[in-house]
Amino acid sequence: MKRVIRTMDGNEAAAHVAFKTNEVIAIYPITPASPMGEWTDAWAVKKKKNLWGDVPKIIEMQSEGGAAGTVHGSLQSGSLTTTFTASQGLLLMLPNMYKIAGELTPTVFHIAARSLATQALSIFGDHSDVMAVRSAGWGMLFANNVQEVMDFSLISQAATLSSRIPFLHIFDGFRTSHEIAKIEVLSDSVIKKMINPEMVKAHRDRGMNPNKPFIRGTAQNPDVFFQARETTNSFYNDAPLKVDSLMQEFEKLTGRSYHLFDYAGAPDAERVIIIMGSGADTVSQTVEYLSKQGEKVGVLKVRLFRPFSVKYMIESLPETVRSIAVLDRTKEPGALGEPLYQDVITALIEDQTSETPKFDRIPIITGGRYGLSSKEFTPAMVKSVFEELETDTPKNHFTIGINDDVTNTSLDFDPEFDIETKDTTRAVFWGLGSDGTVGANKNSIKIIGEETELNAQGYFVYDSKKSGARTISHLRFGKGEVKRPYLIRNANFVGVHQFGFLQRYDTLEMAADRATVLLNSPFPADQVWKKLPKKVQQQIHEKNLKLFVIDGYEVAKKAGLGIRINTVMQTCFFAISGVLPKRQAIDKIKEYIEKTYGKRGKTIVSMNFHAVDMSLENLYEVNIPDEAKSRITTGTKFSKESPEFVQKVIAEIINGQGDNLPVSALPCDGTYPTGTTKWEKRDIAMDIPVWNPDICIQCGKCVVACPHSVIRAKVVEPAALETAPNEFKHTKARFKEFKEQEYTLQVSVDDCTGCSICVEVCPVKDKSNVSRKALNMEPKLPVQKNERENWDFFIDLPSAKVKDHPEIEFNKIKETQLLDPYFEFSGACAGCGETPYLSLLTRLFGDRMIVANATGCSSIYGGNLPTTPWCTDKEGKGPAWNNSLFEDNAEFGLGMRLAVDKKRETAHNLLKQMRGKEIPESLAEDLIHADQSTEQGIQEQQKRVDELLKRLSGKATAPSRRLEEFADALVRKSVWIIGGDGWAYDIGFGGLDHVLASGENVNVLVMDTEVYSNTGGQASKATGLGAIAKFAAGGKPTPKKDLGSIMMNYGYVYVAQVAMGANENQVIKAFKEAESYEGPSIIIAYSHCIAHGIDMSKGMDQQKLATDSGYWPIYRYDPRIRKENKNPLQLDSKPPKLPLADYIYNEQRYKLLTQTNPGKSRQYLEEAQNWVTAHWKGLEELAEEPEAPSTETE
Amino acid sequence: MDLSTRYLGLELKNPLVPSASPLSKNMDSLKRLAEAGAGAIVMHSLFEEQINATSMELDHFLSHGTESFGEALSYFPDMDEFEVGPDSYLEHIAEAKNSISIPVIGSLNGISNGGWINYAKLIEEAGADALELNIYYIPTDPDQTSAEVEANYLEVIKSVCETVNIPVAVKFGASFSSIPNMAKRMTQQGAKGLVMFNRFYQPDFDIRAMEVVPHLILSNSSELRLPLRWTAILYKKIAADIAITTGIHNGTDVVKGILAGANITMVASELLLNGIDRIPEILSELQRWMEDYEYVSVNQMRGSMSHIHTAEPAAFERANYMKVLQSLKQDPTGKLWW
Repeated sequence: MKRVIRTMDGNEAAAHVAFKTNEVIAIYPITPASPMGEWTDAWAVKKKKNLWGDVPKIIEMQSEGGAAGTVHGSLQSGSLTTTFTASQGLLLMLPNMYKIAGELTPTVFHIAARSLATQALSIFGDHSDVMAVRSAGWGMLFANNVQEVMDFSLISQAATLSSRIPFLHIFDGFRTSHEIAKIEVLSDSVIKKMINPEMVKAHRDRGMNPNKPFIRGTAQNPDVFFQARETTNSFYNDAPLKVDSLMQEFEKLTGRSYHLFDYAGAPDAERVIIIMGSGADTVSQTVEYLSKQGEKVGVLKVRLFRPFSVKYMIESLPETVRSIAVLDRTKEPGALGEPLYQDVITALIEDQTSETPKFDRIPIITGGRYGLSSKEFTPAMVKSVFEELETDTPKNHFTIGINDDVTNTSLDFDPEFDIETKDTTRAVFWGLGSDGTVGANKNSIKIIGEETELNAQGYFVYDSKKSGARTISHLRFGKGEVKRPYLIRNANFVGVHQFGFLQRYDTLEMAADRATVLLNSPFPADQVWKKLPKKVQQQIHEKNLKLFVIDGYEVAKKAGLGIRINTVMQTCFFAISGVLPKRQAIDKIKEYIEKTYGKRGKTIVSMNFHAVDMSLENLYEVNIPDEAKSRITTGTKFSKESPEFVQKVIAEIINGQGDNLPVSALPCDGTYPTGTTKWEKRDIAMDIPVWNPDICIQCGKCVVACPHSVIRAKVVEPAALETAPNEFKHTKARFKEFKEQEYTLQVSVDDCTGCSICVEVCPVKDKSNVSRKALNMEPKLPVQKNERENWDFFIDLPSAKVKDHPEIEFNKIKETQLLDPYFEFSGACAGCGETPYLSLLTRLFGDRMIVANATGCSSIYGGNLPTTPWCTDKEGKGPAWNNSLFEDNAEFGLGMRLAVDKKRETAHNLLKQMRGKEIPESLAEDLIHADQSTEQGIQEQQKRVDELLKRLSGKATAPSRRLEEFADALVRKSVWIIGGDGWAYDIGFGGLDHVLASGENVNVLVMDTEVYSNTGGQASKATGLGAIAKFAAGGKPTPKKDLGSIMMNYGYVYVAQVAMGANENQVIKAFKEAESYEGPSIIIAYSHCIAHGIDMSKGMDQQKLATDSGYWPIYRYDPRIRKENKNPLQLDSKPPKLPLADYIYNEQRYKLLTQTNPGKSRQYLEEAQNWVTAHWKGLEELAEEPEAPSTETE
Repeated sequence: MDLSTRYLGLELKNPLVPSASPLSKNMDSLKRLAEAGAGAIVMHSLFEEQINATSMELDHFLSHGTESFGEALSYFPDMDEFEVGPDSYLEHIAEAKNSISIPVIGSLNGISNGGWINYAKLIEEAGADALELNIYYIPTDPDQTSAEVEANYLEVIKSVCETVNIPVAVKFGASFSSIPNMAKRMTQQGAKGLVMFNRFYQPDFDIRAMEVVPHLILSNSSELRLPLRWTAILYKKIAADIAITTGIHNGTDVVKGILAGANITMVASELLLNGIDRIPEILSELQRWMEDYEYVSVNQMRGSMSHIHTAEPAAFERANYMKVLQSLKQDPTGKLWW
């Protein structure tokens, strides 16, 4: 049979076999495992079949816990069932995993192994998740690369059926799950031969069936539980042998040989590293290199970690071994060592104490940690470990790959050591997410991998920001080994697709001698040299680099491709890299353009063809002058006013030097200073909004709608502007409260993303030219210098504070715009629909907020290093922010509330105890009974607390000291529980429901994007009927869950549904009412999102359409109103005045279904319209009902 | 009585043809048009912009924000097939051909000489009996000459006619300096029919929102005058069939059109306003007139009042203008009377 060779990543490889060999698949999104679920869902929609000719049933669950429960039930009922997950998701499956193993139920969970969140969340790869569940009694099979992922997916499936032990099939998150490699795809016939039908039948026969009923899941007592637990021993004893024989069978079918423990290296090795996962390939390749140089080294790759076979491990080791380093990609603080290390020691001791020990004396064994959270693990590090093993007393419990200058665990290594061979093309590309660089590179890998004999590999390093995101692509091609699980250090081709990167990053550091450099340059070949930074000029000279330039943006623009320079740069790469003959390469590029874009229409194909032809015509080699005289410098500069931590740590991370930071530089408990985005100055916008004060009506819409808080407004005394820069704009304030004062609106141009949402919401039109507004997008460069000065001046002007203006209610955006936000310059997508809510919320309550933030977009743009947007005012006050997990956020926030309340209660008790003694009676009374329902009241209380602290100062009594500790709790705090719909509607709903039902004074803000935005747009229960999303590729067949109505049913929960684009003032009203309500509140906020497939600059318009069509009615349900004998539900929007189609078909998520399944889309539209009509009618009836008896608990 | 007529080489049972309108988008109304007695049907238009924009939009949104952030490398599921551009349009034509027995005329609307023209071939392959090419162009550049605009028209017509084997009719506007010369040159490029005229829907101003807004006003019978004149003038002077497509609302309008020399008369506004049932009514009105005036066939009627056949050719020319102006009288109140 013809071998099918394809390029794919690890997730697709695992999904391929999982889909073929299962009947039910329960899925839930979690990085980096989500694509496995996405593939299976998309295949099912396309009616792809499994091994038995059926389309597997794919079901998205509300959490990984839910997925595991569903898998358990499906397995117990006799279906072949699987799931995919990682990290904390796997931990949520743990309770079921014990059950599944205890019942000897065959299944495979495919795991893209990822760090567990500890001092911080990390989406990257290590083994801490799978090691945390190793006690559950599952087989654990580790694949080291993409081919092995495909192969071990099958071997583990065969093994679980054969052994009845459930299996975790594990591969490294990102490094393997997201690496694209050229592999052989297992055919149906091979898969079929490995899956024993007898075993499948046996599994089915063990399933629940009323025709032959049994009971499983009993409760047992001390008399028998223990014995029953021992009944499974033989299954575990037999499993290694079974897996081994399946591996042999697999080898016969495919020629690829695997063993439970694979040894490679010198047969007489004295030093051996034992390791599993992708790092094993790195060790193996280094061992091969060192062995050729005569070193007696070897590697033992552990494939089957559980059940651990002492026999197979000992047999696999050469007798000559004298020292062993066991490398674990996990950390168990406080343990004697990490899991593999401990098992290896146990195995060696057991063998040594057996009747026939293998070794004369037990080898020296050390344990070390490497590669946590995808930390690079390179041949240089491997060499260092081997060198350490050569010493008389090798360091134990070491770390490799970092500089531990605190407990000195780390081994040094020589970063220059390199084992890569000359027959490989190593290409590195620096690009922006928006320019299509990664997509082009993935296409190049396909062209080379699938159309030539060459091997191909691609790995991509992404940014932690969602706007202006940088990408670095690492591609290897060649006849020899390219399967190298570490980044390229010596590239013979470097593509710099953004000219600005030359100044910001050391892009040519990884260029090898005589490498070719391709630069996307706005300057022609004869002028570009003097535009290069000096360091770049020097690197070109020192390394003898060849430099080619093309004005990629100009070519793309002419071809009609806008800012997508992917095809242009890809063509240039093939034209000058020599990886393929030029003509052949161009033909193939065109062929793949047809394949990639053909389904999007001929127009796109012909534009890309045009771009290919024009690229070749516009590509020039640069004659390198002899002198490097440029005065242009490199590196990101930080303000000297920034804190020391920012300059010493954050700046290093931003400059790409985070790997070099020693342990001592980092906080030990995950605590970081807030408000660091303001120092970063990302400078990513091409065009920025420019204010026209002459026609501005000072409404504040732009200030409030700005997703990145870069537009600020202030009203100041004219005298304050005397020292203003010449170009500083201001105009007479149009506020009744601020007569004779000046209004100014300022943009922070270096923080702006250029999303232009501000211009879109501006309601003013220039009377003499209606295409102009009070804000207009204009090129940044001509105004940047002046605007920087203006911003620096502006930011020092006095800001309005609620507490200083008792005469203003701050319940309209006109006034609220004058308050400073405590959330600024986040890395959210340009035009984000969530962040305006956070900005507004913090304007109102920022200086006394405590925030529990669910994992998701908001925790990433809110808390991902290097810089974070939650910030402070000049007094140093601001939101205290924390993220626990995805599923527990409501409970996490409730805990904060309880702690705050408990502290206040303690303070009250102490005041009562001390009043009339150390503390005057009146002060104590006022402190206890202060009215803090207004900002002024809170301010008064703060003054009382200050006085209290003064009185307590210097007093030595125990109650005084204690009250000093608790005094701050007397000032009202605002506890906010914030997250997205994935949390509130799905995974965290149980907790959210309980927390709101508790009656405690918490405020919940749900920023509802109607999908799991952060993981790439998977459907949630908030997704609208008929919308296409990942995990709902055929369109979501059920209507959106009505969270607001569910919560209104309690009667004592404040509920509001809001949409900023529909009515900003209603949002403010809802925020203030929710905050002032002494009970639970929830605000559900429509948040447009990049995953909707909309023009993000028109996000607010889309919000309005959602409300006007009746899809998203806005309302407030305030239980307090009941006391006035009124209906607590107030509808703030009018009856639907637009057909639903006018709203939804502006969005690609709905429109796609009209293009993929028109019949279904018509049906869903009708159903959705009916739902909207009925929903509105229901709300109207509820709002008109005479008031029912109160259910409020008092 | 013989109502049949020939248009673009097709045998039509009568000269009343619903022109391109939303009525042909829906298969149910399409069937009702046929059942009501329409002679043929012109399908709603497939627009050049629609073809291109759908592709561009799909490409933009499937790419936007992708491959940037490690957790969200894309935002939509992987899908193999999209119905972009003409896919659903072509299926609709094929379905129409299977569902109704009268001729089905596809309609393509565009102006540039680009890749979209390939869709003419696809419309043919989908089974259309003929193609109506609707050229709608508003020049805004003062440096663009009339000759350039005309050359562009002719180039597009040539490209489309070379692309397909089915007959092509051209629908165009009345804003040419010399309509007869332009009509002649269009036929020289391969047009087998002329559809007169395209109505240039004029935008309106929303003075609250200060925005220019599209505004559709349906035609009325008075608008028949313009195509009527040019039909009469062009009849037998150019080698193409003529369809009148503006201002046909009743049997009288149809009669006038045929007398002027039209092979067919197209109706849309009337059906949108008063329903598909107007087709049999209009046909009855036509028949009644023919009975009253003892015409036995539509062919007999055709062109009998055309420029070359009328007793008063000057009525179509400048003299008519003078006559009209001179007939205008003003009463003492200032009111105008004819």
